[in-house]
Amino acid sequence: MLAGVKPSCFFMENKEMHTIKHQKARSLYPTFERKAPGAEVSHYCPGCGHGTVHNLIAEAIDDLGIQDRVVFCSPVGCSVFAYYYFDVGNIQCAHGRAPAVASAIRRTHDDAIVISYQGDGDLAGIGMSQIVHAANRGENITVFFINNAIYGMTGGQMAPTTILNQKTVTTPSGRHAANEGFPIGISEIINSLHAPVFVERVSLATAPKVMKARMAIRKALRNQVDKKGFSLVEILSPCPVNWKMTAVESRRWLEENLEPVFPVGNLRDLAKGPFDRVDRKKAGRVSDRKILEILGVDEKEVHTSSIHLKEEQNVKIAGFGGQGVLSTGILLANCAIAEGLQTTWLPSYGAEMRGGTANASVNISHEAIGSPIVSFPNVLMAMNLPSLDAFEDTVRPGGCILVNSSMVPRQVRRTDVAAYHIPATDMANNIGSPQIANVILLTVYALVSGAITLETLQKVIPLSIKRKNLVNINMKAIEAGIAWLEENRK
Amino acid sequence: MATEEKNYIEINPRRCKGCAACVVACPNDCIEVGSEINQMGYQFARFAVNKCIACGMCFYTCPEFGAITVYKKSRKGA
Repeated sequence: MLAGVKPSCFFMENKEMHTIKHQKARSLYPTFERKAPGAEVSHYCPGCGHGTVHNLIAEAIDDLGIQDRVVFCSPVGCSVFAYYYFDVGNIQCAHGRAPAVASAIRRTHDDAIVISYQGDGDLAGIGMSQIVHAANRGENITVFFINNAIYGMTGGQMAPTTILNQKTVTTPSGRHAANEGFPIGISEIINSLHAPVFVERVSLATAPKVMKARMAIRKALRNQVDKKGFSLVEILSPCPVNWKMTAVESRRWLEENLEPVFPVGNLRDLAKGPFDRVDRKKAGRVSDRKILEILGVDEKEVHTSSIHLKEEQNVKIAGFGGQGVLSTGILLANCAIAEGLQTTWLPSYGAEMRGGTANASVNISHEAIGSPIVSFPNVLMAMNLPSLDAFEDTVRPGGCILVNSSMVPRQVRRTDVAAYHIPATDMANNIGSPQIANVILLTVYALVSGAITLETLQKVIPLSIKRKNLVNINMKAIEAGIAWLEENRK
Repeated sequence: MATEEKNYIEINPRRCKGCAACVVACPNDCIEVGSEINQMGYQFARFAVNKCIACGMCFYTCPEFGAITVYKKSRKGA
């Protein structure tokens, strides 16, 4: 009878009678907007072990109260999108290099809790060298190694941890030691080193084993909080889709076949000792002042600029490849450097050398610049129609849009920005070369923003042009820009 | 009603991919995979037998995020 009761009957209970004992961790986003608007589920296949481990890590982060300190280094593999889910600091690392990235964060951010989360292809394949050396240095980081004995994301090829006789796409008759060697026991390799303080292998085969995994994950994170040193937890995890089984069968197969090859249990727990295995106090840390001394830089030699920016300039220059979009960006950034300002230049372009779309992001500021990315520019230079269509709405109110009206058959629709419609390509053709349309736009920008002076532009252009016979025509472009603005200023 | 004095779980059908890991994990066989399908096309798990001890095995085994919430009866209650 009870079996037929609909769950909703239970939902309608008076909730004051009950307390929530287990619920979704706070360290996971409420919805996963970076996956898709309003997304509530992961991208993982049904029954995948990744989600289980994510939940366990998120719960441990909650319970240790370290959400604001965590930097989560995700790998290449199925878990490449871990940053969709974890509401912590995230870095997606190059294939296999997460321990190296984690080491760098460790060395530069004392308070950070650095998690390297890697699969077997990432950690035991391409990244074997990184993990061994990070462990050997005893970096105070926590590594979660998801071992499912197969390459999941790429469709089930043999991994270094694939067991003998296991059939995969690349070992259709099963892995043979004579051909592909033996499966690699990562925990055993790490345990052979002196520096690590905690190495444990756990499994997700059954619920009690998941609870053991939970304890190991918590311990590995706690060790880092207590500054004990390097911890690694190897988690045997099911991959039902690539093992070609149901989720339930895969857990049984894991227990019967993987666990005998990779015995679960604690291999090392030295965290109870009073010291980190690595005596870090003796390590000489070079101060910033010392580095400046070695480099022969005088600390007092601070660049001052005669430019006074009203606000930081976040410039987006966009157009076809071949219109000089990227080089306009470099030119602008070089001018900013010459003015003694801080600047960044970030190109974005397609594979085509000509005709594809391209854009450059340039930031100019008096202060140090945190990120080179420009998502919401206050200056847009649109060299063609698709660029104006793509970026018009991203410009911040009060900003300005410079349009190459020779190539853009419409007006700027925004009314809360200053718009300049400059027939730059036509003007450039009149001078003698369509290639200098970008310099005309840049000249107008320099005049209306005051971010760079024309003198600087005139000095920097000869330095950045390879073909020196084009210098003169570029100087004419500057003059044309000045003339256009004088005529159209009213 | 008897359920007021008992522990229970809520399974969010929108978040369940029907892998049945929780069905196997539950020590009291409280969970089953139903025949209805959700918006993703999966037959989702549901809390079917009211013998929950709020152990959390289903919660910890579940590979999805927040698909299962476990409620424990309050000591003061009833």
